[in-house]
Amino acid sequence: MKNRSLVSIDDLSTDEMVSMLDLAEEFEKQPSQSLLEGKVIATLFFEPSTRTRLSFESAISRLKGKIVGFTDASSSSVTKGESLYDTIRTVNNYCDLIVMRHPIEGSARLASEIADVPIVNAGDGANQHPTQTMLDLYSIRKTQGTLDNLNIFLVGDLKYGRTVHSLLMAMSRWNTTFNFISPPELKMPVEYKLYLDSLGLKYYEHSDFTEIINEADIIYMTRVQKERFSDPMEYEKVKNVYVLRKHMLEQTKKNMKVLHPLPRVNEIHTDVDTSTKSYYFQQALNGVFTRQAILTRLLDLK
Amino acid sequence: MKEPKQLSVSAIENGTVIDHIPASSLFKVIQILGLDKIDNQITFGTNLESGKLGRKAIIKLAGIFFEDDDINRIALVAPEAKLNIIKGYEVVEKSIVEVPDEIIGIAKCVNPKCITNFEAVTTKFTVVSKKEVALKCHYCEKITDQEHMIIL
Repeated sequence: MKNRSLVSIDDLSTDEMVSMLDLAEEFEKQPSQSLLEGKVIATLFFEPSTRTRLSFESAISRLKGKIVGFTDASSSSVTKGESLYDTIRTVNNYCDLIVMRHPIEGSARLASEIADVPIVNAGDGANQHPTQTMLDLYSIRKTQGTLDNLNIFLVGDLKYGRTVHSLLMAMSRWNTTFNFISPPELKMPVEYKLYLDSLGLKYYEHSDFTEIINEADIIYMTRVQKERFSDPMEYEKVKNVYVLRKHMLEQTKKNMKVLHPLPRVNEIHTDVDTSTKSYYFQQALNGVFTRQAILTRLLDLK
Repeated sequence: MKEPKQLSVSAIENGTVIDHIPASSLFKVIQILGLDKIDNQITFGTNLESGKLGRKAIIKLAGIFFEDDDINRIALVAPEAKLNIIKGYEVVEKSIVEVPDEIIGIAKCVNPKCITNFEAVTTKFTVVSKKEVALKCHYCEKITDQEHMIIL
């Protein structure tokens, strides 16, 4: 790989992406391997994210790597006023790779310029979370058998949702049709629509679920958060519009799967969990295989 | 009625004249080009009448010739600046500044949550639009447009 760090999904060429997904498939078949034996991986979580951290630590543990790090900034020297520069320069000495999550946007890119070891961005504020995108791609490819010619529905907060933006950018490398379902206040930003226009990809915008979801190959749900609304009345009006129920899935395609980056609150009713079309928990499991692939590839071990 | 033309800033024998700088940007241009740190003879005039800019500034630099990459750094603050290369009191070459593909330093990232606004790190941008200047931050990947641009 040209760049030994993974900061933004755009750092990967399409070939590199596909090759990493192929490698993740190998890990799904055989998750326990000793590839990271003798390696130390630092997991620096400047802000807590239990799910992402556990997924990484599971991936590292299954590859027999050792983990050092902290789970939130209050247990690091950041509280003493240490700069990110100094933290990275120091931790760089202790490990073979750094996984970091940080609330400030661009922090991972900066860290990748400071460190000699590869950096894996596990989320830098509202900016990028490329391992999430990779596991989303893995889940889509695994359930659909392809990444080409799919109809992807993105639902919920499309304005601020980092995961949907990255997923859109990644899927736009293939011939994808997009359907956006969101409250008017949380519509997909115009720059993404212009980008799709420039590629000649089709997209459609809707303000609620209709029978068009029967055309979906993937329904990607996200949370509609109350704090995103300037007017609380607007939130009250829309909060139940974007809730997926099991009965709504009856006429959807057989191959259709429901994805969600988790944690969910109420946007997917628990009755969907028993549907064969729900896939969000397997999606979380795929995160482990995908991260195994990313770690071994960045360390040039496979 | 046109006033008779008269030089407000004295001529130089060899060097560069940077003309058509907006008067409000003069000190930024001086700062960007590091003119406050060199020993060459520099004369400048500001608040000069200009049909195009209202009030313009002009800088005459004796014995200094710029590379394109260096001079283009002022494009953000003086997009209409014109350069005259002077040799033996004669203008031997004229050129205009051009917005470069990459801007290092000079501008501040508009995103308050960008790492460049927290750590001591030089800003870096890719120029995504040159006409209505728009800069994409190398770190947070957000766009800073002309309207919100703050020169450091």
